[in-house]
Amino acid sequence: MRKRFVAIWFRHLTTDWVARRKPELRGVPFVLAMPEHGRMVVKAANISAEEQGVYAGMVVADCRAILPSLHVLPQRHGRAERLLSALAEWCMRYTPVAGVDLPDGVLLDASGCAHLWGGERQYINDLCTKLGNYGYDVRVGIADTIGAAWAVSRFGGAISIVESGRQAEALLSLPPAALRLEGAILERLRKLGLHQIRSFIQMPRSALRRRFSQSILTRLDQALGQEVEVLVPVRPPEPFLERLPCLEPIRTAAGIEIALKQLLERISARLAKEGKGLRKCLLKAYRIDGDVQQVEIATGYPSHSPTHLFKLFEHKISSLKPDLGFELFILIATGVEDVPVIQDALWTAASRNDIVVAELLDRIAGRVGSSCIHRYVPVEHHWPERSVKAASTLLEKSPAEWRTDLPRPIHILPIPEEIAVTVPIPDYPPMLFRYKGELHHIRKADGPERIEREWWIEDGLYRDYYSVEDDRGARYWLFRLGSYNDSNSKWFVHGFFA
Amino acid sequence: MQTSFTHDKMNVLAAKTDIIRRLQGEILALQRHRKTEKSENGYSGLGQIENSFPGAVFPMGVVHEFTSGAAEAAAATNGFIAGLLSKCLPQNGVYAWVGTRRTVFPPTLQLFNIDPGSVFFIDVPNPKDALWVIEEALKCEGLTAVIGEISELTFTESRRLQLAVEKSRVTGFIHRYSPRTENVTACVSRWKIQPLASELEAGMPGIGLPRWNVQLLKVRNGKPGTWQVEWCDNSFRYIQSNVLNLPQIHKRKTG
Repeated sequence: MRKRFVAIWFRHLTTDWVARRKPELRGVPFVLAMPEHGRMVVKAANISAEEQGVYAGMVVADCRAILPSLHVLPQRHGRAERLLSALAEWCMRYTPVAGVDLPDGVLLDASGCAHLWGGERQYINDLCTKLGNYGYDVRVGIADTIGAAWAVSRFGGAISIVESGRQAEALLSLPPAALRLEGAILERLRKLGLHQIRSFIQMPRSALRRRFSQSILTRLDQALGQEVEVLVPVRPPEPFLERLPCLEPIRTAAGIEIALKQLLERISARLAKEGKGLRKCLLKAYRIDGDVQQVEIATGYPSHSPTHLFKLFEHKISSLKPDLGFELFILIATGVEDVPVIQDALWTAASRNDIVVAELLDRIAGRVGSSCIHRYVPVEHHWPERSVKAASTLLEKSPAEWRTDLPRPIHILPIPEEIAVTVPIPDYPPMLFRYKGELHHIRKADGPERIEREWWIEDGLYRDYYSVEDDRGARYWLFRLGSYNDSNSKWFVHGFFA
Repeated sequence: MQTSFTHDKMNVLAAKTDIIRRLQGEILALQRHRKTEKSENGYSGLGQIENSFPGAVFPMGVVHEFTSGAAEAAAATNGFIAGLLSKCLPQNGVYAWVGTRRTVFPPTLQLFNIDPGSVFFIDVPNPKDALWVIEEALKCEGLTAVIGEISELTFTESRRLQLAVEKSRVTGFIHRYSPRTENVTACVSRWKIQPLASELEAGMPGIGLPRWNVQLLKVRNGKPGTWQVEWCDNSFRYIQSNVLNLPQIHKRKTG
């Protein structure tokens, strides 16, 4: 596929942006100035100011002399760079690879993109119209190489299309400044009377190198396509990304679902081929009016099954607001992991179950959040609240074993509740206790089981646990905080036995 | 002569019982009762209680309902459910325990022979979401059982849960703690478990093994009943003495 590059030149980038913000300045000559070496120097002038003879690089005092009614506004540092980055990102609706071309241009790699608009002319027209509607004065050039596109955008007409393979012809009549050469070289070329590229393009290369340095040859080769020039994209293309541009804006949920299914099938096929599954996935929908909406899902297990992923997206689709319609869908797999090798023909019941359960947990997590799902593994702590740990993965196994030697209740209160007891003798289990207004007489009891606090983790009093059974047959797990002799030792109920 | 006459009568009686049993089977089939073969449910360890169910086998792949009132009864119910999981369902299964509050202490499940690492605890504060999660879990074939702790369950919701398990054959246990009304549901059985005073050998200190008063209040196509059951040595044991422990009436000691 032959490469095509589009160069967009913003002739009055910063002033157009200011004029967007302040429409009253549109026809009025104004400049943006910044202090430099103690003087205010004009950094950008708008069209009306340029018509009156005020250009960038002049000193503000001189400009005021030429044009007393000139408005001078302060220029912020780095504004042009930020604007260009934002514009390059906006241009990603036309191509996935868009880069910034300082100081006042944007480069797009439009290989294989123009046919979606019905041809290069329509592609460029659409681009110019949209940018023009935003208030930017642009010149656009499209050619096989970055150098040629840059040249025709700066020195050609409003829209210049250089056909494939014809960049040499297009360059011949342009001045040497179209080759992006430095000032010193340009000066020398002017002095030697070489006002067009055709004058020196045929000269022997060694002579050019000797007179003007290697850079003139590099630029020539880049413009003609003999040397590769790389475009640095403002956002590097994601490795697992699928795009679906729509000719008609999509407004219905059914349409979004169809688009999503197509994208999921494509990305799942790619992932399956490479033996990977995705853990996190992002769907971006670009609206006609420039708004971007996104929806994200996450899975607990690397998955490349389109039906499973579609179910996870299903109830998030309703949160997208199309308004006038979506024109572009992009599906990006942000988290990708290797899928453990599963032989299709030899699925055992266990492994198939794991996948089905993992998909169920993903669906549940999608609705109520993954923080609600817990699986516990034993942990080597004797403090009851800490003797279990929430496992982080579905299959994690802990080296510790579950302890069965000591009795533990089946229900445990998250915060132990205070009770009032009557104890006959120190360290003996209580005779009766009052819990939630009811009196329980204790018939059988066991204890005390002293559980000390783990001093390396936290400070506090130890607990003496008693397992008791009351006259109605209910069994409780009580504890006393602190020693009996302590005047403010308190009793709590911590759990209920089965 | 006499013997052949009684012999004929016996034959007719046998034929009639045969016909009745066949008809019963057909009615059960029409009611979409899935016959769990005794061989299929080879993990039966419930003992006497199983005779209350049609076919004398604890039915899997259906939804059972448990109600409990106080916190102590809720703990007893969860213990009994854990016992059922280990005795009446396939071993090494994967379970989902859904509830609005986290009360179950995972290590204790080991006492009932369930590996706590094979249980997924899903805590959903909103009851509507909890019901949705229970239904989704019941539809998943990879699970062995789903235990749902919710408070209210209407007839339509229970019907939906029953329909959900028809295809996936997951056994569902719905534990309703302090329901506002004991309404009619489409569940196959309704149980009520209460704790019973345990007994130890004479002279041994401490509390004994878990012991419960198990009431099977409703069974579809079966006979309800009440039993006293103890969990001993990883299996259910029936207690013969049917004396319910009544609280001692304390006599006021007059001076």
